[in-house]
Amino acid sequence: MTRYILRRLIAMPFLVLGIVTLAFLLTTVTKGDPLAAIVSDRQMNDPEAVAAAKARWGLDRSLPERYVIYVRNLLTGDMGTSFITRRPVAQDVLFRLPATMELVIAAMLVGSTIGIALGVLAAYFRNTPTDHLARFFALIGSSVPVFWLGLALLYVFSVKLGILPGPGRLDPRAALPPRITGFMTIDTLLAGNVKLFIDAVWHLILPAFVLGWAVAGTISRLVRANMLEVLDREFILTARSKGAGEFRVVIRHALRNTLVPTLTVIGYSFAYLLTGAVLTETIFSWPGMGSYAVDAARGLDFPAIIGVTIVGGIVFLVTNLLTDVAYVIANPRVRLG
Amino acid sequence: MSALSFSSFRRVGWISLPLAVGIAIVLFWLVVTFLAPVMSSYDPIDMVGRRLQAPSWQHWLGTDALGRDVLSRTLHGARHSLPIAVIVVALSVAIGALLGAISGFIGGLGGAAIMRLVDVTLSFPPMLLAMAVAASLGPGLENAAIAMVIVWWPVYARLMRAQVLEVREREHVEAAIAAGASRPRVLLKHILPLCWTPVLISATMDLGQVILLAASLSFIGLGAAPPTPEWGSMISDGAAQFYSWWVALGPGLAILTIVLGFNFVGDGLHDYFDPKSK
Amino acid sequence: MRQEPLFSVQDLRVSFGRHGHQFEAVRGINLHVDHGEVLGIVGESGSGKSVGMLAALGLQAKTAQVRGSAKFRGRELVGMPRRELRTLRGSRIGMIFQDPLSSLNPVMTVGAQIAETILLHNSAVSKKAALDRAVELLALVAISQPDRRIHQFPHEFSGGMRQRVMIAMAVANDPDLLIADEPTTALDVTVQAQIMDVLGDLKKRLNLGLILITHDLGVLAGHADRVAVVYSGEVVEQAGIDDLFERPSHPYTRGLIASIPDMSEEKDRLFSIEGAPPPLGRLPGGCAFHPRCPQVQPICRTAAPVLRTYEGHSASCHFADIPAEGAA
Repeated sequence: MTRYILRRLIAMPFLVLGIVTLAFLLTTVTKGDPLAAIVSDRQMNDPEAVAAAKARWGLDRSLPERYVIYVRNLLTGDMGTSFITRRPVAQDVLFRLPATMELVIAAMLVGSTIGIALGVLAAYFRNTPTDHLARFFALIGSSVPVFWLGLALLYVFSVKLGILPGPGRLDPRAALPPRITGFMTIDTLLAGNVKLFIDAVWHLILPAFVLGWAVAGTISRLVRANMLEVLDREFILTARSKGAGEFRVVIRHALRNTLVPTLTVIGYSFAYLLTGAVLTETIFSWPGMGSYAVDAARGLDFPAIIGVTIVGGIVFLVTNLLTDVAYVIANPRVRLG
Repeated sequence: MSALSFSSFRRVGWISLPLAVGIAIVLFWLVVTFLAPVMSSYDPIDMVGRRLQAPSWQHWLGTDALGRDVLSRTLHGARHSLPIAVIVVALSVAIGALLGAISGFIGGLGGAAIMRLVDVTLSFPPMLLAMAVAASLGPGLENAAIAMVIVWWPVYARLMRAQVLEVREREHVEAAIAAGASRPRVLLKHILPLCWTPVLISATMDLGQVILLAASLSFIGLGAAPPTPEWGSMISDGAAQFYSWWVALGPGLAILTIVLGFNFVGDGLHDYFDPKSK
Repeated sequence: MRQEPLFSVQDLRVSFGRHGHQFEAVRGINLHVDHGEVLGIVGESGSGKSVGMLAALGLQAKTAQVRGSAKFRGRELVGMPRRELRTLRGSRIGMIFQDPLSSLNPVMTVGAQIAETILLHNSAVSKKAALDRAVELLALVAISQPDRRIHQFPHEFSGGMRQRVMIAMAVANDPDLLIADEPTTALDVTVQAQIMDVLGDLKKRLNLGLILITHDLGVLAGHADRVAVVYSGEVVEQAGIDDLFERPSHPYTRGLIASIPDMSEEKDRLFSIEGAPPPLGRLPGGCAFHPRCPQVQPICRTAAPVLRTYEGHSASCHFADIPAEGAA
């Protein structure tokens, strides 16, 4: 087991280098002209201004040169400077990462709760209307475009019904708590402001639900399949013969036995969450990495695009590694390598 | 005997139902794709009414900020989304299957290199990578499509490689090799024909996902350029006219139903080929 | 006056399917067992012997319908509210199943599983006390180092040891009745005898009523007091064990006896009854056994035999050596 984890850890730097290289290549060996983002149309006619801009952003060097410089800078934590914000990309990304993490974690909680509940219900009441309804609800989650769902729910719950707050992480009139972790829910608590904390949680509900529903479908499908298999196993009969109630049989005996694959699919669903977060953040004016990435892509802000893509890839890589390691630890009978 | 074997008497109601519903939805949108100009009463690009009119008998789904008929635009949207999705998936399958089969059957340094490229590409959250590539290629539906192929082909490469590795070990393949068949012949005649089923099921399900991804790219302005009636950019228009809810309703429902349709079909096929999961 | 037996089943019927596609897996069986008594139920796979016993305890599949009567200490179990039935299962009535590996929860320690049975029925008992009791129970079924082994998972036990764990779990609350469904089938021959000894020992110590369900009549020899032979969802013969072996009245019983492997005689081939049991739902007319019966007569194809009883020995065969007007 230790050897398996070690082997994965050793592979990590190579994969990260792969990620960096691929992100660099895919965003530079293309016809998109970064100059257009830096230099105004008027200056484009001025060869001197163009040359100066090229020198300023290192665009006058050859591609391999730029790659080597980029990787070397990256090792010191330097991802270049954003064309738009004119701040170091690493700083921008780090500043925005907590907001995304907060949203993604909340969405994961919502998504796994809904997904597990639907999966268990569907499996227990297999081939009944409950099962069909649960599967249908889950399927809608994986079929609906999150950006549209976000708009629709904002319109219904915030504008029409007025029971949930609008976009953003806090009431725009509220004073921000001192930034310590970057997690609004934690920072408000650290500031001792319970009212603000509740407001932060309140603001999380809609985006977390929109994002969570999308992964609930995947999770419920897997939970249902695993539960169907487990519910047919003999030890379920044993549990009933011991006098255990149905709730106990389903949760403590059956669901507990699907824990490992369930945790695994929840871990892997991180990719969907990061993907969905890009759009959810845009809809909900969420100041995270996703909306940063969208702004960068729209503004052809290449240092920011590459940076955010690399960070996204690394976050994704680490989560998958953690999932795999958790899988090995949680499942004593799997002995990998 | 145990009471458990009686589970085999379970009713099987769900398998055919989603497949039927899914096929119906997909067929509906296929018809729309071909007949959109005939079915819609207005031109999708022209200003045909007052701005931002709520749904009415004249404009069933209202009009947008430029006075264009949302229903007509939604119907015409199928002409962009469906073909793009089919092309992206077809290209991804072609590239992925080819490279995956090469990697699985021939192996060696080239095969390993292909798989490392697959590993690295799949290490990115797909949307983020597609966005980055689409942004550097510049806006436009074709560039968005290229970006999606770059993100998507490794999925099929991995799947195809796994299939080829499994089928390669079967007796009839070993018999063919022993009989002196050439390697390309073994691959083409004896291995590939047995590898397609999971690849095609996966491709069907992915059609829906690709439609979603394409719409997402358009939504953030990296796909179709205005005034193209593309669903994603129409929802983007709707977001700009947030209080005129109907502007985004048509395209949203369009994406929802067609993706649901493909998911139903994929689910149905999955159950059909893997009855264990019923 | 005859006392009410510990557990009795009367005309129990279990059917599956719906809307005209119904078929009966258990077609009216009558059984009873008392404290300190061992009842063997023997029959082939699919004869309905397990299904019937499970159904009596409310453990039938969701699609099954149960009719008839099953009484435990005078209380009717068929139609009893689930909640009430649960208080009996695991407490007054213990069960053991065929495959001890799949019957134990793979992700719970053995101790936790035994303790669960205790805690489910004794809200006053602490977790600690329940675990202590689990140690005692493992010792009772002769597992060495029980205080260490309660912390282990089922996959760390051997097949025979797992079945001992199942038994310990089944008797955790000193039940009155123990139902063992093929308890030795999945085990090695040498281990089978040990498990049967454990069960016999417990029966004596706890004065249990024991129902042994098996497809192997040989397992019952020397262990059961009475035997019920089940074929196609019906009891076709029932008698004291010695009586049954000496004077089997049903041709099916004779076939089962002949197919017991005999260690003392060197036979080239084991006798086995020809053919297979009829598929449920497509029973032949007349006597259900007639297509496989070596002594089949024309009447067997047309008329179903009636169960006749004489001096505690009953059989349903047209040609059973039992007087038509029994003195039962």
